[in-house]
Amino acid sequence: MNPDDLHYTQSHEWVRIDGDIGTIGITEHAQKELGEIVYLEMPEVGHVYNADEEFGTVESVKAVSELFIPISGEVVEVNKAAVAEPGIVNDDPFGDGWLVKVKVTTDDEIRKLMTAEQYAEYVQAEEQEK
Amino acid sequence: MKFLPTSDTDRTEMLAAIGVSSVDDLFAVIPASVRIPPDLPPPMSEIEIRRYLGGLAAKNRHARDTAFFLGAGVYNHYVSSIADQMLYRAEWLTSYTPYQPEVSQGTLQSIFEFQTHICLLTGMDVANASLYEGASALVEALLMSERLVRGRRRAVLSAGIHPEYRETVRTYFQNLGLDVVEVPLGPDGATDAAALAAAADGSTFAVAVQSPNFRGVIEDWKAGVDAAHASGAMSIAVVAEAVSLALLAPPGEAGADIACGEAQSLGVPMHNGGPLLGFLACRTAHQRQIPGRLVGETRDAQGRRAFCLTLSTREQHIRREKATSNICTNQGLMALASNIHMSLLGKKGMREVAVQSHAKAEYCKARIAQVPGYRLPDSRPTFNEFAVAAPVAAAPLLDRLAARGILGGVPLSRWDPANSAEFLVAVTEMNTREEIDRLAAALGESS
Amino acid sequence: MSVDLETDLAASKEALGDTLHPEPRHEPLVFERSGAGKVGYSLPPLDVPAASAIPAALLRGEIEGETEISEVEVARHFTRLSRLNFSIDENLYPLGSCTMKHNPRTNEEMARLPGFAASHPLAPESVSQGTLELAWSLEQVLRELTGLSRVTLQPSAGAQGELAGMLMVRAALTRSGNPRRTVLIPDSAHGTNPASAHFAGYKVQELKSNARGTLDLHVLEEAMTEDVAGLMLTVPNTLGIFEDQILEIAKIVHARGGYLYCDGANFNSFVGVAKPGAMGIDVMHMNLHKTFSTPHGGGGPGSGPVAVVERLVPFLPRPTIERRPDGTFTLDFDRPESIGRLRTFLGNYGMFVRALAYIAAYGNRIGEVARGAVLNANYIRAGLAGFYHLKYDAPTMHEVVFSDKKQAEHGVHNGDIGKRLMDYGFHPPTISFPLIVHGAMMIEPTETEGKTGLDAFVAAMRAIAAEVESDPQIVLAAPHTTPVRRVDEVGAARNLVLRWKPSAV
Repeated sequence: MNPDDLHYTQSHEWVRIDGDIGTIGITEHAQKELGEIVYLEMPEVGHVYNADEEFGTVESVKAVSELFIPISGEVVEVNKAAVAEPGIVNDDPFGDGWLVKVKVTTDDEIRKLMTAEQYAEYVQAEEQEK
Repeated sequence: MKFLPTSDTDRTEMLAAIGVSSVDDLFAVIPASVRIPPDLPPPMSEIEIRRYLGGLAAKNRHARDTAFFLGAGVYNHYVSSIADQMLYRAEWLTSYTPYQPEVSQGTLQSIFEFQTHICLLTGMDVANASLYEGASALVEALLMSERLVRGRRRAVLSAGIHPEYRETVRTYFQNLGLDVVEVPLGPDGATDAAALAAAADGSTFAVAVQSPNFRGVIEDWKAGVDAAHASGAMSIAVVAEAVSLALLAPPGEAGADIACGEAQSLGVPMHNGGPLLGFLACRTAHQRQIPGRLVGETRDAQGRRAFCLTLSTREQHIRREKATSNICTNQGLMALASNIHMSLLGKKGMREVAVQSHAKAEYCKARIAQVPGYRLPDSRPTFNEFAVAAPVAAAPLLDRLAARGILGGVPLSRWDPANSAEFLVAVTEMNTREEIDRLAAALGESS
Repeated sequence: MSVDLETDLAASKEALGDTLHPEPRHEPLVFERSGAGKVGYSLPPLDVPAASAIPAALLRGEIEGETEISEVEVARHFTRLSRLNFSIDENLYPLGSCTMKHNPRTNEEMARLPGFAASHPLAPESVSQGTLELAWSLEQVLRELTGLSRVTLQPSAGAQGELAGMLMVRAALTRSGNPRRTVLIPDSAHGTNPASAHFAGYKVQELKSNARGTLDLHVLEEAMTEDVAGLMLTVPNTLGIFEDQILEIAKIVHARGGYLYCDGANFNSFVGVAKPGAMGIDVMHMNLHKTFSTPHGGGGPGSGPVAVVERLVPFLPRPTIERRPDGTFTLDFDRPESIGRLRTFLGNYGMFVRALAYIAAYGNRIGEVARGAVLNANYIRAGLAGFYHLKYDAPTMHEVVFSDKKQAEHGVHNGDIGKRLMDYGFHPPTISFPLIVHGAMMIEPTETEGKTGLDAFVAAMRAIAAEVESDPQIVLAAPHTTPVRRVDEVGAARNLVLRWKPSAV
């Protein structure tokens, strides 16, 4: 269920690289754990982040989760449709429910992220700890 | 023990089901060295409790057996019998925070109504479900402002804010890297508007002014709002005598960003200073930073109107150290009392209480001003409380009055030992003309 | 004369609508009951000259939207609303950690005596000896119960007590030269602990609980450096488990110059049986609305006194209440090392009256509170073992935390089980706390529940466990019998409506 062309973090974000643009969102597993999302706090366009910095929060009724940016870069677009209707993130986390796009500065960071297969194993291990 | 419904047979059966031979076995996990029974007297019967506490209560003089003029943050307004009797209903008294909306619609709807009353009175958009009391409400308003105006570390407070509110702010701020600048009152008793504007600068996250201020003087909200907005800070309007909101221009009209303070005088007995009823209201734009509980309107699965707690992700049980505040409880039962009281008085009654309190205070001012040696130091208009300068030390003077059944005021030396002459007199709809005349006469005779 | 009764009845039913059904389901807002010309108050005529010394610019107009309503309608409105609430007086209210026990009614009357309820905190001490003596007496009994040196009654609730306690710790450490930077808090703690530590200026380091659900001494040893101000420990912890190594824990914290803070939210499980002071606890808040049964009132008021050891006494909030040699009482403001004050006046005084009445009723038998609470929780544990998963099986004190692990396999979660309990006439347990138990259901029966009530609760929980296997849909769609069906909390959060608005606004 996790698309193969994405790169994944331990904090359950994903990034898709398309030229020098990285599109970032949260995973299907993350949206399921959060439950129905009611609010997204997103950064301003133009803000520059280093990898692993907090770039926003996602809130459901019972939980709130900080979002950590998988790769460094400048925010070039925020998904306004998802901010207006956060349910989109629940419905289609890997597609229409993306969160921000950043301009990528380096490829090195990508290599440190997990593949779909590694991420699936990571989630399974996390589940077993419960 | 009459609060324990377990019979001896029940206990035996329960221990057998658990698989232990005595209740003591269940405490084996606690080290024996710390299992020390308390040295307390034997249990008291209900009759003895009433005798014991009744005896302590009888040692006090209070608003029902004196001519009573105490205020300074807690006011003696009338609360209709029905408001208090309603609080005895078990469904209100013995329920808790409405975490489960399907079995808590009563509490939730009452809070929603309370939030609405506070909005209507203050002219603000959104109010929370109540806070502990006025001082911590101001603290929460300041911390909320600091979150909204990131990177600034200074709050500007009018010295007309209740001294215990200001002391509470300093207690909370002491380890948060935040500081306070106090702007003094002018000779007329109001905050010096020019000094207020000068004190607020690019390091200021909030400017807070109280009206009526601690000396009872009515402030113009505009001065605080303008000083705040000129420096990019949040403007906070503090109200310690909430009855005034029914007569005076509300902070929302003047453009304040947050209104907060004490709503005890809207339906809560004085309770020797607690429980009281803090409130906090703000603009829609800032509602996600409001501290404390909030009730929102929604629907149930069958599409009917229903209420529930909302925006709880701001709170400590989810955010933990990143929460907007560490508060957990609100003042549930007091907010209910106030909702009932405000609903009964309504549009006309709240205004009439305010008008009567003001008129009686004006009469009282005039009478005291005629007593030789006494002065009214503040020239600005007041609402229902005012400062008096006595020709003798105020605290012993008020003690002498108390011995004569008159609680005539609150000496300012309590907060400012250098100020031995001044005291505050508060007047409400509860005071009769005869009591006011008696106060004036007693002041003349006791000085 | 002929009257068609049937037709009349039908017509009046239509006209009266819901009012023919006495079951309280939908009560309009009080603002919607308003009507011009109705009044719900009466005041004496003004006996002084009408006066306004206030310039027009400082006055307001009419309070747009406020009510005009009679006392009768107010009585009905709030009576009907009340009937939409579940309460302790109705049935077992096993909301874990909240200690929903019976509230003695004589205490309510005592707190309303005019000598308390109509007294003013700034009245001269000469006419306030009774109020001061009561507060002083409450401090004395709380000292005796905690085995600590002094108690401040000022904090408005437990969370403010936590802050007061940590501010005192910080002040003491600052005086000895270094306030330190970190506070240790187990991962099972109440959310108020980290929030309070943060507001006292500390960073929070979370300690992972061990497989028994308690604090691991090795983890503590490692974390407890000389940069750590102290440990905030809930005793027993939120799993209802007593830290049986409490003496060793205190030793480790003290050896590095730290302070042991006890979150006393669960004091009801050992009050009168054991003394926190003897355990090495330095500072502890109590919740009068939990252990000492002051009413919860739909969410407050609370009251959170804090007891401290001798070396923290100089830092207590201002003022303290003192007894003079002549037996009179006074407030002491002259405390130069005080942390200051956390609120106005003396605290939630009305709660002091109720708590003292409650303690007086038990006297030296107050240990029966703890004994009853622990017996009841263990009885529930025995009754539900095997039906619900118990992640930690260490001995249970006053509350027990099950999880929905077995039921989750059928797609039913803790929240659903809680909602279904409402149909059986019970309030749900605390759901989803503590955070270290996935799908937690935290059950606290308290000592004021008898065996009959406990058996009924256990039977209901077992019946629900059976339903989960046979007919999960009935649980997933619950509740079915409450005044409103499942409430859309997601909708409330997505589309915020936080007040009523008059139609003109």
